[in-house]
Amino acid sequence: MYKIVNKKVLNPTVIELQIEAPLVANKAKPGQFIILRVDENSERIPLTVAGVNKEAGTVKIIYQVVGATTKKLSYKEAGEYLQDFVGPLGVATHLEGLKKVCIVGGGVGCAIAMPIAEELNRIGADVTSIIGFRSKDLVILEDEFKSCSNTLKIMTDDGSYGDKGNVTLPLKELLENGEKFDMIITIGPLIMMKYVVETARPFGTPVTASMNPIMIDGTGMCGGCRLTLNIDDKKVTKFACVDGPDFNGYEIDFDEAMSRGRMYADFERHAYKESCNLFKKEAN
Amino acid sequence: MAKANMSLARNVMPTQDAKVRAGNFDEVALGYSEEVAIDEAMRCLDCKNMPCVSGCPVKIHIPKFINKVKEGDFEGAYQIISESSSLPAVCGRVCPQETQCESKCVRGIKGESVGIGRLERFVADWHNTFCKEEPIRPESNGHRVAVIGSGPSGLTCAGDLAKKGYEVTVYEALHTAGGVLVYGIPEFRLPKAIVAKEVDTLEKLGVKIETNVVIGKTLTVNELFEMGYEAVFIGSGAGLPNFMGIPGEALNGVYSANEFLTRSNLMKSYLDNPETPIMKGGRVAVVGGGNVAMDAARTALRLGAEKVYIVYRRSMDELPARREEVEHAEEEGIEFKLLCNPIEITGYNNPDDVRDPKNGFVTGIKCVKMELGEPDERGRRRPTEIPHSEFTIDVDTVIISIGTSPNPLIKSTTDGLDVNSRGGIIVNEDGLTSRKAVYAGGDAVTGAATVISAMGAGKIAAKAIDEYLSE
Repeated sequence: MYKIVNKKVLNPTVIELQIEAPLVANKAKPGQFIILRVDENSERIPLTVAGVNKEAGTVKIIYQVVGATTKKLSYKEAGEYLQDFVGPLGVATHLEGLKKVCIVGGGVGCAIAMPIAEELNRIGADVTSIIGFRSKDLVILEDEFKSCSNTLKIMTDDGSYGDKGNVTLPLKELLENGEKFDMIITIGPLIMMKYVVETARPFGTPVTASMNPIMIDGTGMCGGCRLTLNIDDKKVTKFACVDGPDFNGYEIDFDEAMSRGRMYADFERHAYKESCNLFKKEAN
Repeated sequence: MAKANMSLARNVMPTQDAKVRAGNFDEVALGYSEEVAIDEAMRCLDCKNMPCVSGCPVKIHIPKFINKVKEGDFEGAYQIISESSSLPAVCGRVCPQETQCESKCVRGIKGESVGIGRLERFVADWHNTFCKEEPIRPESNGHRVAVIGSGPSGLTCAGDLAKKGYEVTVYEALHTAGGVLVYGIPEFRLPKAIVAKEVDTLEKLGVKIETNVVIGKTLTVNELFEMGYEAVFIGSGAGLPNFMGIPGEALNGVYSANEFLTRSNLMKSYLDNPETPIMKGGRVAVVGGGNVAMDAARTALRLGAEKVYIVYRRSMDELPARREEVEHAEEEGIEFKLLCNPIEITGYNNPDDVRDPKNGFVTGIKCVKMELGEPDERGRRRPTEIPHSEFTIDVDTVIISIGTSPNPLIKSTTDGLDVNSRGGIIVNEDGLTSRKAVYAGGDAVTGAATVISAMGAGKIAAKAIDEYLSE
């Protein structure tokens, strides 16, 4: 069992937890993820590490309540325990040698982008962060990004905070103005990452995209997280859990990944509704 | 001693009715009664040269345990089996006895061989039901050994070492111990309570089991030595599922057998209202002919599929699954499409509506008919395509069960650990790898094989580790 030592609600649907898991804290690097189970019957869900405290032996995760399992997780309070917590899994984001980087994060993806921005800042890279949200009340981690970015752009879909529009607007502007990034690192919804790649394509700037597909074991055993890369006109199957989660954005078949993400859409909708009803009943 | 039972046929294993069991996850085979077990044991001629033992990867003293069954001393029989096997209740159920011990049985020359596997299962179940004696934890010899993976090879290695007084810790990546015995083999063939009981016995012998630790990620082999372990056994299993490399494998509804079985077995998607989703019902094609393919097909059926096909590119003679599983699958109504090779998985795509929820889901599997040509280097007749014989089977789910490749996680984080061209860890006849004090066995070495061969490897390594640390 793994103790929740701290819980912070970042916005109406995004929650930050500090979990006691010293072995994971000792190893985890930016870009890696963990898999947790809330209780004995729970699904295994992958969540990216949002930070670690080696001394305290804790791992920070930030998640959005999107389905039945994250809903269940949202009812867990500090002092309570999670059934399982395993990691760190996947390959850490390659940051060595990068001097000037643009981080493009969308929604809760910003939570994953943040430790990468922090690490880049620590190794002395010039960091431009573009973070996008649907609206003002969903903005998270603004101060954290401010403290580790040389330039910070906040975008909201409705213009209620920062600039109006999506994250590709300022990215395109920067690239058109001649900014030369060693790398664009993008983390967020698949559709956003797809368009970040398309925005960067004419400029030839390398793009790393962090994938978060459906998976079970996270160690390469089930193959559920497979995705297709187009490498030199050849289709290559990769497993996000052991080969990723980061991939060359230009090689990823985003349309296929989006389609695969919908595999259990019906089930999820149903389960989410059920779990909401269940918690309502318990509350009564 | 009473006279041998010279009946040519073995005693029939009682099973759940095929129609009934196709709709539940309860165990298919029900096991012998005491009377039937004794009657079957009486068929054993107690051959002096014991050919059956030579067919057993862990060298169970088969005639000796069968003699105890003849006498009605079932606990005595259990004690003889457990001298050689840590998991008798498991092996009695999942070993391919017909190609091992039973294939060497003299009674099999004229008639059916003695039902050795059935007797082993009976003895183990009898012990688990009636023996309440707790296993005794031996005194520690002060040596510490780490075992990576809690599948059949790891559990065997851990059990053998614990019995000798070693302090053993087993590291398991998943949240439950048992490896393929819990995530792979379904409840109806190997009830999980039996695996849990075997694991419990090991814990009582002093074995520590640490779940949620991925060696190669959470800890490395080098760190295990730094932590004070003097030897390490790697039994991390096969790992990465193979795909065919044909169009359509990324469609929704295409599973590796590993994923499909893990969802149903480990994550319990087979229960009503599961928290982990799985595609249930519809029409299902399973590609492959091994035990895993049979397990996947029969699981799909029990999850409510209206029709399940096994698609295999060779003929029934080459089909590698355990005979009993094939028979059970056929009885349950699974249709075998033999000499068929998939060339494409077709999917739904509504060009007029990109938001059509059916888009991206499987509609069928396109196959080509095969014929068998000359035998290959392993003696298996090579299948070749019959031109213009393409046809499509309409299905909603495709489960690919064509083997696995070794997992690179440990290799990539352990310096000096040599692997072969297929990624299998290279070991000598004692299970020793290219690294000092690092041993390996099971699918991590051989690629996908059987539970019992993995157990055999765990046993050999335990013996070698004991000799190494006793020096």
